Amino acid sequence: MVHSFLIHTLGPVSALSANESRVLFARAFGPEESAQRGAEPEPEPELVPETRRLLQKERLAVVARRVRSVVALGRAASGVPAVECVLGEEAAALGEADVGVLRLTSGEPFAVERTVLWLAVQSLAFCLVCDMHENLLLAEGTLRNIGRRCLEELRLLGPGSEVILKSDRIDALLNHYLPHGQLLFLNHRFTHCLDRELSSYGNK
Amino acid sequence: MYSAGTESLIKQAREIQDEELQKFYVRVSKMLSSKEHCSETIDSLQRLKLIVSATKYARLLPAEVQNKLQTLLRSPGCPEQLRLLCSAVLSESLPPSVRSLSAGLTQDCRSLGSVAAIVLAQAGNKDELLPLCQHLLKCLESRQPEGQICKHTLPILSKIISFFPEILSEDQINLVNRKLVDWLRYASVHQGASLSSGGFFTGPRSRQPGPMTEVDGVVVGDFFTVLCVGQSYTEDQWMNMYAFSMLRKWLLTYDSEGTCNTESAHLKRTQIMQSLSQDDRSEVDSSVMSMVSATSSSSRLLPPKERLREKSFEYCQRLIEQSDRKAIKRTDTELQKVCLIEAVAVMDIICKEDSSYVYRAFPCLKALYGRLSGDLAFARALMPIAQFYLNHSEMAAVDSEAVFRHLLSRFPSEMFNEPLLAFEFVQFCRLNMAVLQERVPLYRQSFPNIFKFLAWNSPALIADYMELLPSLMCRETAVEILHTLLDLPCLAATLDLQQKSATFQAADRVLWDNGTKLANCLEAFRQPSCRGLFLYILRPEAGTGDTIDRLNMLHEMLADMSESPRVIQCAQIVPVLLHVFFNHVAQFTDKKLSNQLALVVLERSSQLYRISKFKSELLRVFSAHIRTLCKLHPSLLIDQSRELLDFAGSVSNISSKKELYTSVVWMIGEYLSVSYDKRCTVELITSFFESLEAVLLEITQVRQSTKPPNYHPRVLTVLMTTLSKLASRSQDLIPRLSLSLSKMRTFAQSAPVASCYSEEDIEEIITRASELVNLLKLPNVAQFVLAPSPHGDNPRWHKDTNTSLPHSMRAVSGLLHKNSSFLPG
Repeated sequence: MVHSFLIHTLGPVSALSANESRVLFARAFGPEESAQRGAEPEPEPELVPETRRLLQKERLAVVARRVRSVVALGRAASGVPAVECVLGEEAAALGEADVGVLRLTSGEPFAVERTVLWLAVQSLAFCLVCDMHENLLLAEGTLRNIGRRCLEELRLLGPGSEVILKSDRIDALLNHYLPHGQLLFLNHRFTHCLDRELSSYGNK
Repeated sequence: MYSAGTESLIKQAREIQDEELQKFYVRVSKMLSSKEHCSETIDSLQRLKLIVSATKYARLLPAEVQNKLQTLLRSPGCPEQLRLLCSAVLSESLPPSVRSLSAGLTQDCRSLGSVAAIVLAQAGNKDELLPLCQHLLKCLESRQPEGQICKHTLPILSKIISFFPEILSEDQINLVNRKLVDWLRYASVHQGASLSSGGFFTGPRSRQPGPMTEVDGVVVGDFFTVLCVGQSYTEDQWMNMYAFSMLRKWLLTYDSEGTCNTESAHLKRTQIMQSLSQDDRSEVDSSVMSMVSATSSSSRLLPPKERLREKSFEYCQRLIEQSDRKAIKRTDTELQKVCLIEAVAVMDIICKEDSSYVYRAFPCLKALYGRLSGDLAFARALMPIAQFYLNHSEMAAVDSEAVFRHLLSRFPSEMFNEPLLAFEFVQFCRLNMAVLQERVPLYRQSFPNIFKFLAWNSPALIADYMELLPSLMCRETAVEILHTLLDLPCLAATLDLQQKSATFQAADRVLWDNGTKLANCLEAFRQPSCRGLFLYILRPEAGTGDTIDRLNMLHEMLADMSESPRVIQCAQIVPVLLHVFFNHVAQFTDKKLSNQLALVVLERSSQLYRISKFKSELLRVFSAHIRTLCKLHPSLLIDQSRELLDFAGSVSNISSKKELYTSVVWMIGEYLSVSYDKRCTVELITSFFESLEAVLLEITQVRQSTKPPNYHPRVLTVLMTTLSKLASRSQDLIPRLSLSLSKMRTFAQSAPVASCYSEEDIEEIITRASELVNLLKLPNVAQFVLAPSPHGDNPRWHKDTNTSLPHSMRAVSGLLHKNSSFLPG
């Protein structure tokens, strides 16, 4: 299952220090797992909702930082100069996009071990934080699909701010293609049906 | 892309004043009260979502707004956009809505998904998830008419159990097992009623639902799977897709014998399964072409858990069959690969739980391996197959050598630049290290190949290789691994050249981004005379057990690439891996290996790829670990005395390898003693003494005309101490040494030295020299102080008052103090 999905920046942000990243969208699909699974269920100190929320935000920020640094190193290593794509060149931008995966050991930052699959398009990264046993090829397909739709529908290559103002569109995408973090085995007809359901979104 | 405008919106949302926010809440509340929701409502809710989600600290919604949002969320006619917005705002804000929402769960499918999203986001314990979980199970249990079941029931359930597997009782697990069997195996094979209402003139028409087709367009001849294509899908076909999507997770969570009630029940089930599987096997053998259903056994008698296993297994077999079809759509070709991976992984889980399936699975998997192994496009689908072979081939007496040979030889050398394959490969090795080490001899042999992934993509994989490295090491491979680690940046450079050489033809030279620099390297790479060197670096398997001559030549050829970011990144991880290497080698090294490793350290300290900081970092690592090796096996000083004499006697090593030099000198003083090795003769001690004495004399000779080389004062003090240690063991040398040491004061106070050493340094040198001179006046005490027994850390020394070490130390320091008044100055 997918634990969370996020979109964050890869380029410099004026208000942040050089290796920080701005999380533009983050959605965790469920509560945090406790580390001692399988052992005797010990009564854990229960966190107040506010602390829980804060912890989750901090954890996702850690993921964003890790991805940012790996993407930067990977781009430096490849030595290929970046091609700037503008609005309307989504397909080209996706063609240039890098994809990669990272293992997050337990405790850093999640209680259990997880993997992060990332898709870096220009100065934005889309990430899926997955369980260790996840089918990564399926996750990759899903991430590319969601990434492409986000780029197109929220006009992410343009200068606008739809990504934070119209974030319910991202929720709608996730709700259809990644309901509650479940990766789906969709053939082209299933996808077509979901696309049709989505096309009426927001038209009322 | 990310703009200043977006940044300022986030800032505004974070810094909104309380007064303004309260006004905004009132406005939102008013809008939510009205029956009709216009675009303004949507707009306000979008802003509200931004406000509540933009900060790390949760915002508290007024009760009125929260209630209205909850009501709207649950109203049946609420459009999806509003529902999602309500859900997002409630999830992100406080107070938590879990309890109030859980209290009023309805059958309405559409709102259930949004309510569940909030409950899952805010639940902190099992009790808060329980009502939702019970509600879902109740929906599953009551046989509702078609079209009533919430599509997202299974994803929600799957999420719940991933946090609290114990939330379901045995009966509830069985209920889900039964439902999963129904959806997986008995979904309709006809298309759902088409939604199209026809054209304007034709009016609504009810079309006869046609049959489903396979991905290649052929009409489906067996049960429905996610690889079946139709114009539209029925409810149970959707559920089939959701069921398969969660199947692996479900089996991993609940398909373990640990949940079985009694032993006898288990035994009975096993017997049933065995008799069934024997029947199946004979059928499989008799007709290879038969469809999966044809071999399906009547499993109605089985308990739900076993029945799900049986049906899941059939489902996976059918998927593997279906994946052989040539898909019309490209996306379906991708899905076929994805399904193969999942199907094999699910079969693996089933076989782990019930080994009788192993015999049924192998014919199918062998054929699949045969089909895929020739095509690297299916490389990732081969990973779970390899896992299956690793887990079960021994039991089924199936030869697995070819599978692992393929995996370990072709993947790293041909697909080193595929990040996801690299990750999966490395995880495969990491999770199976113990088994691979024991059962696959090729695994350890293949380390030069396995390192290719790391050399190419060091930052992403270093943590994994730190865990992996010890599993590759043994006495036979250790020396070659050490060389390989030192050559890792060369491997990165060579892989880069290999890739570029394949991409660019000679004619494209102008296009190379680094121009002439890279061109020179590429030229060398293509030279037949240098081929051997590159082939050595790119070798797939361990062979030489050692390294090659002409390493320096290779380094020169690659010199132009030493600034490439990939090479530098790779060079940065080498010290980390060397620490892992030496720490692990210390656990199993013997005398012979320690000798070899010490020798490699000495040799390679001057044969390293010239990358900025690389050498200095490595020398630091070397100097720490050569001391450990020597501590473990002090005899290496005698065995390698010639090489060590050469090394320690060469003044040039002081400036180029300060740390390593100091460590070697220290080692000689500490461990060159008859108490560590009986072979240590007076002659040997004398020869070491003489060559170190010569070094000390040379570096402390002050010629007024030339500027003295700036050696670190630590080198001087270590040299002096080591000489004293040696002299205390061969006391004829004491007078000579005392004379040399007494000259140190003059040296340290001479004008050229004073100009390059600080006052503390000079002080340190003079104090050390005079202490040593004093000690050497009492040879027996000197021996005790300078070369304490190797058992000095034994607790007895500290507890037993008669042999107490502190006691002796006090006596010695008293001696030193008393004598210090005799010192000149």
